[in-house]
Amino acid sequence: MKSLAELQAIKDRMKSKIVLREGSGDIRVVVGMATCGIAAGARPVLNAFVEEVNNLGLNDTVTVSQTGCVGYCQLEPIVEIYEAGKEKITYIHMTADKAKEVVEKHLKGGNIVSEYTLTDAE
Amino acid sequence: MKELSLNILDIAENSTKAKAELINIEIIENSDTLIIKISDNGIGMNAETLLSVTDPFYTTRTTRKVGMGIPLFRFAAEQTGGNLTISSRHIDEHPTNHGTIVSATFNKNHIDFTPLGDIVSTLVTMIQGHPMTDYVFTHRIGDGLISLDTREMRAVLDGLPLDTYEVLCWVKENLTEQYKAL
Repeated sequence: MKSLAELQAIKDRMKSKIVLREGSGDIRVVVGMATCGIAAGARPVLNAFVEEVNNLGLNDTVTVSQTGCVGYCQLEPIVEIYEAGKEKITYIHMTADKAKEVVEKHLKGGNIVSEYTLTDAE
Repeated sequence: MKELSLNILDIAENSTKAKAELINIEIIENSDTLIIKISDNGIGMNAETLLSVTDPFYTTRTTRKVGMGIPLFRFAAEQTGGNLTISSRHIDEHPTNHGTIVSATFNKNHIDFTPLGDIVSTLVTMIQGHPMTDYVFTHRIGDGLISLDTREMRAVLDGLPLDTYEVLCWVKENLTEQYKAL
Protein backbone atom coordinates (compact mmCIF):
# COMPACT_ATOMS: atom_id res chain seq x y z
CA MET A 1 0.00 0.00 0.00
CA LYS A 2 1.23 3.51 -0.85
CA SER A 3 1.39 4.67 2.73
CA LEU A 4 2.31 7.97 4.34
CA ALA A 5 5.67 6.35 5.16
CA GLU A 6 6.26 6.08 1.45
CA LEU A 7 5.33 9.73 1.07
CA GLN A 8 7.94 10.50 3.72
CA ALA A 9 10.53 8.67 1.61
CA ILE A 10 9.54 10.77 -1.42
CA LYS A 11 9.99 13.90 0.66
CA ASP A 12 13.45 12.83 1.79
CA ARG A 13 14.46 12.07 -1.80
CA MET A 14 13.05 15.27 -3.29
CA LYS A 15 13.87 17.82 -0.62
CA SER A 16 17.40 18.32 -1.91
CA LYS A 17 16.17 19.02 -5.45
CA ILE A 18 13.76 21.79 -4.47
CA VAL A 19 16.30 24.59 -4.50
CA LEU A 20 17.35 23.70 -8.03
CA ARG A 21 13.78 23.81 -9.28
CA GLU A 22 12.90 27.23 -8.01
CA GLY A 23 13.29 30.00 -10.55
CA SER A 24 13.23 27.53 -13.41
CA GLY A 25 10.42 27.01 -15.89
CA ASP A 26 11.58 28.64 -19.11
CA ILE A 27 8.63 27.11 -20.93
CA ARG A 28 5.08 27.35 -19.63
CA VAL A 29 2.36 24.96 -20.79
CA VAL A 30 -1.12 26.26 -19.97
CA VAL A 31 -4.16 24.00 -20.36
CA GLY A 32 -7.69 25.47 -20.45
CA MET A 33 -9.65 23.81 -17.64
CA ALA A 34 -12.95 25.71 -17.55
CA THR A 35 -16.29 23.93 -18.04
CA CYS A 36 -15.84 24.02 -21.84
CA GLY A 37 -12.31 22.59 -21.69
CA ILE A 38 -13.16 19.87 -19.18
CA ALA A 39 -16.23 18.80 -21.18
CA ALA A 40 -14.12 18.61 -24.36
CA GLY A 41 -11.49 16.37 -22.75
CA ALA A 42 -8.92 18.66 -21.10
CA ARG A 43 -8.35 16.42 -18.07
CA PRO A 44 -6.49 13.62 -19.92
CA VAL A 45 -4.65 16.27 -21.97
CA LEU A 46 -3.37 17.97 -18.82
CA ASN A 47 -2.35 14.69 -17.24
CA ALA A 48 -0.57 13.58 -20.42
CA PHE A 49 1.48 16.81 -20.38
CA VAL A 50 2.35 16.39 -16.69
CA GLU A 51 3.38 12.75 -17.20
CA GLU A 52 5.28 13.14 -20.43
CA VAL A 53 7.17 16.27 -19.32
CA ASN A 54 8.38 14.24 -16.36
CA ASN A 55 9.06 11.07 -18.38
CA LEU A 56 11.30 13.00 -20.77
CA GLY A 57 13.06 14.73 -17.87
CA LEU A 58 11.90 18.20 -18.86
CA ASN A 59 10.50 19.25 -15.49
CA ASP A 60 13.36 21.61 -14.74
CA THR A 61 12.54 23.77 -17.77
CA VAL A 62 8.83 23.16 -18.34
CA THR A 63 5.97 23.98 -15.98
CA VAL A 64 2.44 22.77 -16.66
CA SER A 65 -0.43 24.84 -15.31
CA GLN A 66 -4.19 25.22 -15.64
CA THR A 67 -6.28 28.21 -16.65
CA GLY A 68 -9.92 29.14 -17.26
CA CYS A 69 -11.80 29.77 -20.48
CA VAL A 70 -9.82 31.61 -23.17
CA GLY A 71 -12.92 32.33 -25.26
CA TYR A 72 -12.71 29.76 -28.06
CA CYS A 73 -14.84 27.07 -26.44
CA GLN A 74 -15.46 25.28 -29.76
CA LEU A 75 -11.71 24.71 -30.18
CA GLU A 76 -11.16 23.11 -26.76
CA PRO A 77 -9.16 21.41 -25.41
CA ILE A 78 -6.79 24.34 -25.94
CA VAL A 79 -3.16 24.37 -24.83
CA GLU A 80 -0.96 27.46 -24.91
CA ILE A 81 2.83 27.31 -24.87
CA TYR A 82 4.70 30.34 -23.57
CA GLU A 83 8.43 30.54 -24.05
CA ALA A 84 10.59 33.54 -23.18
CA GLY A 85 11.45 35.58 -26.26
CA LYS A 86 9.12 33.62 -28.54
CA GLU A 87 5.60 34.05 -29.78
CA LYS A 88 2.84 32.20 -27.94
CA ILE A 89 1.85 28.93 -29.62
CA THR A 90 -1.77 27.79 -29.30
CA TYR A 91 -2.66 24.15 -29.85
CA ILE A 92 -6.34 23.31 -30.37
CA HIS A 93 -8.56 20.20 -30.29
CA MET A 94 -5.94 18.47 -28.21
CA THR A 95 -5.94 14.85 -27.07
CA ALA A 96 -3.64 12.93 -24.72
CA ASP A 97 -1.80 11.41 -27.73
CA LYS A 98 -1.33 14.80 -29.38
CA ALA A 99 -0.10 16.14 -26.04
CA LYS A 100 2.63 13.48 -25.88
CA GLU A 101 3.62 14.32 -29.44
CA VAL A 102 3.86 18.04 -28.59
CA VAL A 103 6.04 17.31 -25.54
CA GLU A 104 8.37 15.14 -27.62
CA LYS A 105 8.60 17.30 -30.77
CA HIS A 106 8.00 20.83 -29.51
CA LEU A 107 9.03 21.02 -25.86
CA LYS A 108 11.96 18.61 -26.20
CA GLY A 109 12.87 18.93 -29.88
CA GLY A 110 12.04 22.60 -30.38
CA ASN A 111 9.85 21.97 -33.43
CA ILE A 112 6.28 23.30 -33.39
CA VAL A 113 3.71 20.66 -34.39
CA SER A 114 1.98 23.03 -36.80
CA GLU A 115 -0.84 20.66 -37.82
CA TYR A 116 -2.36 21.11 -34.34
CA THR A 117 -1.92 24.85 -33.97
CA LEU A 118 -4.61 27.51 -34.13
CA THR A 119 -3.24 29.33 -37.17
CA ASP A 120 -3.20 26.31 -39.47
CA ALA A 121 -6.71 25.25 -38.57
CA GLU A 122 -8.27 28.62 -39.32
CA MET B 1 -20.00 15.79 -19.35
CA LYS B 2 -19.26 12.11 -19.95
CA GLU B 3 -18.38 11.37 -16.32
CA LEU B 4 -19.64 12.81 -13.02
CA SER B 5 -15.99 13.04 -11.96
CA LEU B 6 -15.60 15.72 -14.66
CA ASN B 7 -18.49 17.67 -13.13
CA ILE B 8 -16.74 17.36 -9.76
CA LEU B 9 -13.53 18.77 -11.25
CA ASP B 10 -15.53 21.64 -12.75
CA ILE B 11 -17.51 22.45 -9.57
CA ALA B 12 -14.39 22.28 -7.37
CA GLU B 13 -12.85 24.90 -9.66
CA ASN B 14 -15.56 27.32 -8.45
CA SER B 15 -14.39 26.67 -4.89
CA THR B 16 -10.80 27.64 -5.67
CA LYS B 17 -12.06 30.74 -7.49
CA ALA B 18 -13.94 31.58 -4.28
CA LYS B 19 -10.57 31.43 -2.49
CA ALA B 20 -11.39 28.26 -0.58
CA GLU B 21 -8.54 26.95 1.54
CA LEU B 22 -10.25 23.63 2.12
CA ILE B 23 -12.48 21.69 -0.25
CA ASN B 24 -14.35 18.67 0.98
CA ILE B 25 -15.47 16.13 -1.61
CA GLU B 26 -17.75 13.47 -0.25
CA ILE B 27 -19.27 10.63 -2.25
CA ILE B 28 -21.77 8.33 -0.60
CA GLU B 29 -22.90 5.35 -2.61
CA ASN B 30 -25.15 2.37 -2.11
CA SER B 31 -26.77 0.01 -4.61
CA ASP B 32 -29.43 2.54 -5.65
CA THR B 33 -28.16 6.01 -4.89
CA LEU B 34 -25.05 8.09 -5.41
CA ILE B 35 -24.64 11.35 -3.50
CA ILE B 36 -21.91 13.85 -4.32
CA LYS B 37 -21.33 16.67 -1.86
CA ILE B 38 -18.74 19.38 -2.48
CA SER B 39 -18.30 21.88 0.31
CA ASP B 40 -15.75 24.64 0.74
CA ASN B 41 -14.75 27.47 3.04
CA GLY B 42 -14.52 30.04 0.24
CA ILE B 43 -16.06 33.51 0.27
CA GLY B 44 -19.54 32.16 -0.50
CA MET B 45 -22.33 33.79 -2.47
CA ASN B 46 -25.09 36.24 -1.68
CA ALA B 47 -28.74 35.37 -2.33
CA GLU B 48 -28.85 36.91 -5.82
CA THR B 49 -25.75 35.13 -7.05
CA LEU B 50 -26.98 31.88 -5.56
CA LEU B 51 -30.19 32.10 -7.63
CA SER B 52 -28.31 32.92 -10.80
CA VAL B 53 -25.90 29.98 -10.55
CA THR B 54 -28.65 27.38 -10.25
CA ASP B 55 -30.65 28.80 -13.15
CA PRO B 56 -28.51 30.22 -15.97
CA PHE B 57 -31.57 31.99 -17.38
CA TYR B 58 -32.63 33.64 -14.15
CA THR B 59 -30.76 36.85 -14.78
CA THR B 60 -31.18 39.26 -17.67
CA ARG B 61 -27.75 40.75 -17.11
CA THR B 62 -25.53 40.52 -20.18
CA THR B 63 -22.35 40.39 -18.13
CA ARG B 64 -23.10 37.12 -16.45
CA LYS B 65 -20.32 36.13 -14.09
CA VAL B 66 -21.41 32.53 -13.66
CA GLY B 67 -21.07 29.71 -16.12
CA MET B 68 -22.81 26.49 -17.06
CA GLY B 69 -21.07 24.29 -14.52
CA ILE B 70 -23.81 24.09 -11.88
CA PRO B 71 -26.69 23.86 -14.41
CA LEU B 72 -24.93 20.95 -16.16
CA PHE B 73 -24.37 19.17 -12.85
CA ARG B 74 -27.98 19.78 -11.85
CA PHE B 75 -29.22 18.43 -15.18
CA ALA B 76 -27.11 15.27 -14.74
CA ALA B 77 -28.79 14.69 -11.37
CA GLU B 78 -32.34 15.59 -12.44
CA GLN B 79 -32.28 13.39 -15.52
CA THR B 80 -31.96 10.39 -13.16
CA GLY B 81 -34.87 11.61 -11.03
CA GLY B 82 -32.43 13.03 -8.50
CA ASN B 83 -31.76 16.62 -7.54
CA LEU B 84 -29.15 19.24 -6.75
CA THR B 85 -29.18 21.59 -3.81
CA ILE B 86 -26.82 24.45 -3.18
CA SER B 87 -26.46 26.61 -0.12
CA SER B 88 -24.00 29.35 0.62
CA ARG B 89 -22.95 31.75 3.34
CA HIS B 90 -21.29 34.91 2.06
CA ILE B 91 -18.26 36.26 3.89
CA ASP B 92 -19.93 39.68 4.27
CA GLU B 93 -22.81 38.24 6.29
CA HIS B 94 -20.87 35.38 7.88
CA PRO B 95 -17.32 36.62 8.47
CA THR B 96 -16.15 33.54 10.34
CA ASN B 97 -18.30 30.74 8.98
CA HIS B 98 -18.60 31.17 5.21
CA GLY B 99 -18.55 28.87 2.23
CA THR B 100 -20.65 26.92 -0.22
CA ILE B 101 -22.16 23.44 -0.23
CA VAL B 102 -23.24 21.76 -3.45
CA SER B 103 -24.99 18.44 -3.03
CA ALA B 104 -26.31 16.25 -5.84
CA THR B 105 -28.25 13.01 -5.58
CA PHE B 106 -28.43 10.49 -8.42
CA ASN B 107 -30.49 7.37 -8.98
CA LYS B 108 -27.83 4.93 -10.14
CA ASN B 109 -30.23 2.52 -11.78
CA HIS B 110 -31.84 5.13 -14.01
CA ILE B 111 -31.03 4.70 -17.70
CA ASP B 112 -29.74 8.29 -17.88
CA PHE B 113 -27.32 7.92 -14.98
CA THR B 114 -23.86 9.20 -15.89
CA PRO B 115 -21.08 7.02 -14.45
CA LEU B 116 -18.74 8.51 -11.86
CA GLY B 117 -15.76 7.74 -14.10
CA ASP B 118 -12.13 8.40 -13.26
CA ILE B 119 -12.41 10.17 -9.89
CA VAL B 120 -8.72 9.45 -9.15
CA SER B 121 -7.73 11.44 -12.20
CA THR B 122 -10.00 14.29 -11.10
CA LEU B 123 -8.33 14.45 -7.67
CA VAL B 124 -4.83 14.36 -9.15
CA THR B 125 -5.83 17.14 -11.58
CA MET B 126 -7.27 19.30 -8.77
CA ILE B 127 -4.13 18.94 -6.66
CA GLN B 128 -1.89 19.64 -9.67
CA GLY B 129 -3.86 22.78 -10.53
CA HIS B 130 -4.18 24.18 -7.02
CA PRO B 131 -1.46 22.69 -4.82
CA MET B 132 -1.95 25.35 -2.13
CA THR B 133 -5.56 24.31 -1.53
CA ASP B 134 -6.34 21.46 0.84
CA TYR B 135 -8.65 18.63 -0.16
CA VAL B 136 -10.47 16.10 1.95
CA PHE B 137 -11.89 13.29 -0.16
CA THR B 138 -14.08 10.47 1.12
CA HIS B 139 -15.93 7.89 -0.92
CA ARG B 140 -18.19 5.52 0.98
CA ILE B 141 -19.35 2.50 -0.99
CA GLY B 142 -21.62 0.42 1.22
CA ASP B 143 -19.41 -0.35 4.21
CA GLY B 144 -16.18 0.48 2.39
CA LEU B 145 -14.32 3.76 2.65
CA ILE B 146 -11.75 5.40 0.39
CA SER B 147 -10.17 8.57 1.70
CA LEU B 148 -7.47 11.15 1.13
CA ASP B 149 -6.61 14.21 3.21
CA THR B 150 -3.98 16.56 1.78
CA ARG B 151 -3.51 18.14 5.24
CA GLU B 152 -2.05 14.82 6.44
CA MET B 153 0.14 14.71 3.34
CA ARG B 154 1.33 18.28 3.89
CA ALA B 155 2.37 17.43 7.46
CA VAL B 156 4.61 14.66 6.12
CA LEU B 157 5.90 16.58 3.11
CA ASP B 158 7.22 19.47 5.23
CA GLY B 159 7.20 22.14 2.53
CA LEU B 160 7.61 19.91 -0.51
CA PRO B 161 4.83 21.13 -2.85
CA LEU B 162 1.84 18.85 -3.44
CA ASP B 163 2.22 19.27 -7.21
CA THR B 164 5.65 17.61 -7.19
CA TYR B 165 5.36 14.88 -9.82
CA GLU B 166 6.35 12.07 -7.45
CA VAL B 167 3.73 13.26 -4.96
CA LEU B 168 1.02 13.32 -7.65
CA CYS B 169 2.01 9.76 -8.59
CA TRP B 170 1.74 8.77 -4.93
CA VAL B 171 -1.80 10.21 -4.78
CA LYS B 172 -2.79 8.31 -7.90
CA GLU B 173 -1.31 5.00 -6.70
CA ASN B 174 -2.59 5.41 -3.14
CA LEU B 175 -6.17 5.96 -4.28
CA THR B 176 -6.00 3.28 -6.99
CA GLU B 177 -4.84 0.76 -4.40
CA GLN B 178 -7.62 1.78 -2.02
CA TYR B 179 -10.21 1.19 -4.76
CA LYS B 180 -8.68 -2.18 -5.65
CA ALA B 181 -8.73 -3.26 -2.00
CA LEU B 182 -12.49 -2.70 -1.72
